[in-house]
Amino acid sequence: MEVLLSIFTESVFLKNMALSYFLGMCTFLAISKKVDAAIGLGIAVIVVLGITVPVNNLLYTYLLSEGALAWAGYPEVDLSFLGLISYIGVIAAIVQIMEMVLDKYVPALYNALGVFLPLITVNCAILGGALLMVERDYNFGESVVFGVGSGVGWALAIVALAGIREKLKYSDVPHGLQGLGITFITVGLMSLGFMAFGGIKL
Amino acid sequence: MKFLRNILDNMEPHFHHGGKWEKWYALYEAVDTIFYQPNTVTRTTAHVRDGIDLKRIMITVWACAFPAMFYGMYNLGFQANTVLAEMGATSIEGWRGALILMLAGHDPSSIWDNLIYGAAFFVPIYFITFVVGGFWEVLFAVKRGHEINEGFFVTSILFALTCPPDLPLWQAALGISFGVVIGKEVFGGTGKNFLNPALTGRAFLFFAYPASMSGDAVWTAVDGYTGATALSVAAQQGMDALTQQMSWLDAFFGQMQGSIGEVSTLAILLGGLVLLFMGIASTRIVLGVFIGTTLTSLLYGAVGDASSNPMFAMPFYWHFVLGGFAFGAFFMATDPVSASMTNAGKWWFGGLIGFMVVTIRVVNPAFPEGMMLAILFANIFAPLIDHFVVQANIKRRLARG
Repeated sequence: MEVLLSIFTESVFLKNMALSYFLGMCTFLAISKKVDAAIGLGIAVIVVLGITVPVNNLLYTYLLSEGALAWAGYPEVDLSFLGLISYIGVIAAIVQIMEMVLDKYVPALYNALGVFLPLITVNCAILGGALLMVERDYNFGESVVFGVGSGVGWALAIVALAGIREKLKYSDVPHGLQGLGITFITVGLMSLGFMAFGGIKL
Repeated sequence: MKFLRNILDNMEPHFHHGGKWEKWYALYEAVDTIFYQPNTVTRTTAHVRDGIDLKRIMITVWACAFPAMFYGMYNLGFQANTVLAEMGATSIEGWRGALILMLAGHDPSSIWDNLIYGAAFFVPIYFITFVVGGFWEVLFAVKRGHEINEGFFVTSILFALTCPPDLPLWQAALGISFGVVIGKEVFGGTGKNFLNPALTGRAFLFFAYPASMSGDAVWTAVDGYTGATALSVAAQQGMDALTQQMSWLDAFFGQMQGSIGEVSTLAILLGGLVLLFMGIASTRIVLGVFIGTTLTSLLYGAVGDASSNPMFAMPFYWHFVLGGFAFGAFFMATDPVSASMTNAGKWWFGGLIGFMVVTIRVVNPAFPEGMMLAILFANIFAPLIDHFVVQANIKRRLARG
């Protein structure tokens, strides 16, 4: 239990996907102009990460990793070189299925998420989640917590950024820095603030 | 006074559009409005009728930092002279040593000697901060055509006061440059930024040059002497070791190691209460910080195991007097630009700072001090807090019909 709790806090604050690994930057910068849209996208990322990371974990443990195919009678086969392509395939498929399910059963949420859902397929935070899970040797339970935790961290960061950008509408940024330039500086300064957690050992 | 007005009026046309010093209008405007109230008034729509303006507010904050500054210089000298007396030394090397010998001695019981010693270290830092930061401020004002803003007075003194006494001067210049340019001017100057510029500069130095900004060697202005701050004593050896060194009142009056301006809670309180009383600093934020700290440290005290981490046992009233807590709560957190703007939001903003400062101090072994990072962290979430407060207000009013 304690391990899970520390994985959760670690992935939300210390190893924040957006502000310490700078993953998922394209959507992070593009969809952070309005707080409401950012909240919608954040929820979508939490859900997708929370599902795809454990699924990829199962895929890795029972199909891809070295010796994983022992149950099928091939203990010497190592398919981990197929990791990258399998994970992204799984992510794309799951996002597609989720979209259809939401459309059918929860149309309100489907409309709220709108275009963000398909966009998430190519969000590197999602693939990054799967790769980090493999790298850190999480088991199934840990990967669920890690998936949800890093989703929450990413959502927190994008919502905070959207808040700041709504405020920065009133600022007077030099011409050459307007738009993406100032957003990059903002994100850099935000991660300076998130350094508060650097050094905590859980 | 008439004489001064005449000089200024005679010079004025040269600074206007088409005049020969047109580019330097910002400088003229700055000097003029220091001496005289500007005669421009709001002419359209509704506005608040009040004699105070941004310039007066900033100058007041600047003046309110003076008690902390003078006590800080005295304490810096006192700590250093005490160490020198123990070591049997009668002078220190370098140009500072020569300067001190010219004006005073090294007697730790003499207030004058201590003040001079402190001034020999603080004044150069402040001077460099002021000149370098002022250079950027004027450069941006002239190039971008806005007025020079006295927010810079506040930024420079707050930055200088949060530096450790031994800080190399070029690092002070680098830190204030980062704070003023990246923390403030790229967003368009005072009132447009989202992080406190003084703290941004300090945080930049803190992570770029940790050896000059943290640890045990930097807090006493004597070469080769290491003296831990109260917080790192408590973090490493526990509360018992700390209470043997000093009582709570000692910490409140501020005879201890630390950044120049942060040591004396009493001196900070003097300036801080004036700010609260005049309504310049928000009472809600300050109270929020104190409430957040109290609740969080009570919580950690209840659930934490003090034998594994002695910081769990630190009671909340000790948190109030150690490290940068008081200075941050009264001078940094209340920065009206980077804090939350709504009334309810200010409580939450302060509470978040209080929670974060105790969390960093207690849970994070890498940083014994947490005020700077706690305020920066809360600055990031300040606009979001405002957003939710405003949404809640809208919802409530809609429900009211």
